[in-house]
Amino acid sequence: MEFFLVQLLNGISYGLLLFMLSSGLTLVFSLMGVLNFAHASFYMLGAYFAFQLSTWIGFWPALALAPLGVGAIGMLVERFGLRKVHRYGHVAELLFTFGLAYLIDEAVHLVWGRSAVDYRVPPDLDGPLFSIFTSQYPTYRGFMMLVSVAMLVSIWLALTRTRIGLVIQAALSHPQTVEALGHNVPRVFMLVFGGGAALAGLAGVIGGNAFVTEPGMAASVGPIIFVIVVVGGMGSLAGAFIASLLIGCLQTFAVALDWPLFFGLKLSQVAPVLPYLLMVLLLIFRPKGLMGTREG
Amino acid sequence: MRKLMMAAAFALPMFGAPAMAQETLKIGYIDPLSGGGASVGEVGLKTFQFLADELNAKGGIQGKKVEIVPLDNKTNPQESLIQAQKAIDAGVRYLTQGNGSSVAGALSDFVTKYNERNPGKEVIFLNYAAVDPDITNSKCTYWHFRLDANADMKMEALTTYLAKDPKIKSVYLLNQNYSFGQAVAKAAKEYLARKRPDIKIVGEDLHPLAQLKDFAPYVSKIKAAGADTVITGNWGNDMSLLVKAGRDAGLNVDWYTYYAGGLGTPTAMGEAAAGHVKIIAEYHSNVANNKAAKWDADYRKQAPKGNPDFYYLRGKVMWDMLAAAINKAKSAEPKAVAYALEGMKYDAELGEVEMRKTDHQLIQPLYVLTIVKSAAKGGPKEAKIDMEGSGLAPVTNARLEGYTSAQPTSCNMTRP
Repeated sequence: MEFFLVQLLNGISYGLLLFMLSSGLTLVFSLMGVLNFAHASFYMLGAYFAFQLSTWIGFWPALALAPLGVGAIGMLVERFGLRKVHRYGHVAELLFTFGLAYLIDEAVHLVWGRSAVDYRVPPDLDGPLFSIFTSQYPTYRGFMMLVSVAMLVSIWLALTRTRIGLVIQAALSHPQTVEALGHNVPRVFMLVFGGGAALAGLAGVIGGNAFVTEPGMAASVGPIIFVIVVVGGMGSLAGAFIASLLIGCLQTFAVALDWPLFFGLKLSQVAPVLPYLLMVLLLIFRPKGLMGTREG
Repeated sequence: MRKLMMAAAFALPMFGAPAMAQETLKIGYIDPLSGGGASVGEVGLKTFQFLADELNAKGGIQGKKVEIVPLDNKTNPQESLIQAQKAIDAGVRYLTQGNGSSVAGALSDFVTKYNERNPGKEVIFLNYAAVDPDITNSKCTYWHFRLDANADMKMEALTTYLAKDPKIKSVYLLNQNYSFGQAVAKAAKEYLARKRPDIKIVGEDLHPLAQLKDFAPYVSKIKAAGADTVITGNWGNDMSLLVKAGRDAGLNVDWYTYYAGGLGTPTAMGEAAAGHVKIIAEYHSNVANNKAAKWDADYRKQAPKGNPDFYYLRGKVMWDMLAAAINKAKSAEPKAVAYALEGMKYDAELGEVEMRKTDHQLIQPLYVLTIVKSAAKGGPKEAKIDMEGSGLAPVTNARLEGYTSAQPTSCNMTRP
């Protein structure tokens, strides 16, 4: 029972981190139609910014400032890069973000070196939150879950209950009409892209010290967030949320169970492949994903 | 005009190269300098460049200046062979590599075949860190020399130390799922059964190499299995994330490791490691009677960003033994040098080492050490030199002489 409960909590908290990572990606895709390959790099930038800021002014200001910084970079990228590339179509956009990911990687190498940096969990959030029988549950994981859920709720409220949210939604399907009504549509897109980058940055602030802040961190999460977006349904926020929890729990429980499979392999050994297997199966049997609205 | 300039750019180095080859001894350094392994590869490169500068300041080896030729293999065996060929074409006769046993195996094979086909142009492969035992056993070759203790030797030393602790009752084996991790798990089971048959292996896992973010599920498993000790060959993030996840869940175990000692891992583990992480290695900065202390201190002044520690003493031993072999052979011809190098005994900084003739495996003293809080942070006073400025420092638990960790070899090499 203890084992099951702890693993369930592990699975949910990992899933919620995956959601933080993928929400910005799916948002930018659903609102702008841009599949941003540099999304994981914004995650890495968030972690490095938070590291740098927390050595100067502490963790709490960094928690707010680092995502804003990453968001600002995202907006600059949209304003001076993506907007120009947009008119050449989706392939050009893909290639642009692909190149951008390499640029950010190299920039991080140059500024912070090739090794891990010493970015730690702040003392206020260090230590156990509560105990389940004899296992401790770390406070920081609880904090991670809280931020992730808060993020989901606030994105949803912002998109459906605020004026700017309505303008954003309208600008996607009827840009000319929205423009005719006096809204600056390019600026709306700039805000959306910056917002997506800021969400990735926030995930970096939280994930960077929970795990390790090093130049390989973007590459290590890149594939899994695409799996989540595809499984959840391209552009569906609720789908991404469900897919994140599903994949988080799937991986955690697969590791926990030593069920024998074939060729002497154990289930725990194939755990990391399961999300990709899920993606392939879903693409075959339900190409639009769990909650997606568009085909292919 | 542009064509002319390009032609000149290609042609000039061609004129330059043969003239240089007379005066320099080129060493091809084939390791990752981009991608995920780059931080590790960069440390090796800086160490070798530092040692080369040191040698050159003293006039080089037999009057020849030493030059390191950096070649990026992206930790990929296929790419390594392309780089090796490129190096050989540029006049390199000595290759060195360390990261990844899969790469070392491929290079060793490549060099052997190349030497068979090109008599008189032989190439030597000096392996400073790839520890898969097979390379000096079933796959051994005359042209490969290993300067690091292999995985079995390290496990022999580690279990000799571990066996003396009566408090250890149940051990969990967690390793990366590739040749090295599997070798560690196999050796651990074998040696523990021999030395402490009462110790129970309560669990065993192989996880994918360098892909995991979240080790919490593994930590819960270790806890549920009731282990008091974990043996792991993990390196890089796989090592730091594991120890961090263990601390977060309040897991109270001792970690017996190979690679928790450097290259960013102490920084990432943080204080979670203090007192609980043990390492098997040939060197650490706080070792007693450290004759390498001067190099250690000098190296730190020009170490790469984020990796200030002097990690590869075996890199220095490699240079010194190579220089000694060239001096002994009175020639830098690899064939003569290999002949001089095998069986060579050398008085290294921390005691005598021997390049065993039968399998070209270096036999050297090893240390079991514990990571503790540094003296500046209230740790013991011998924990003087800090690791990576992390507030953690290594202290010696035991020194194990070379003969205690030496393993029998199945190597049966053909000599030219």
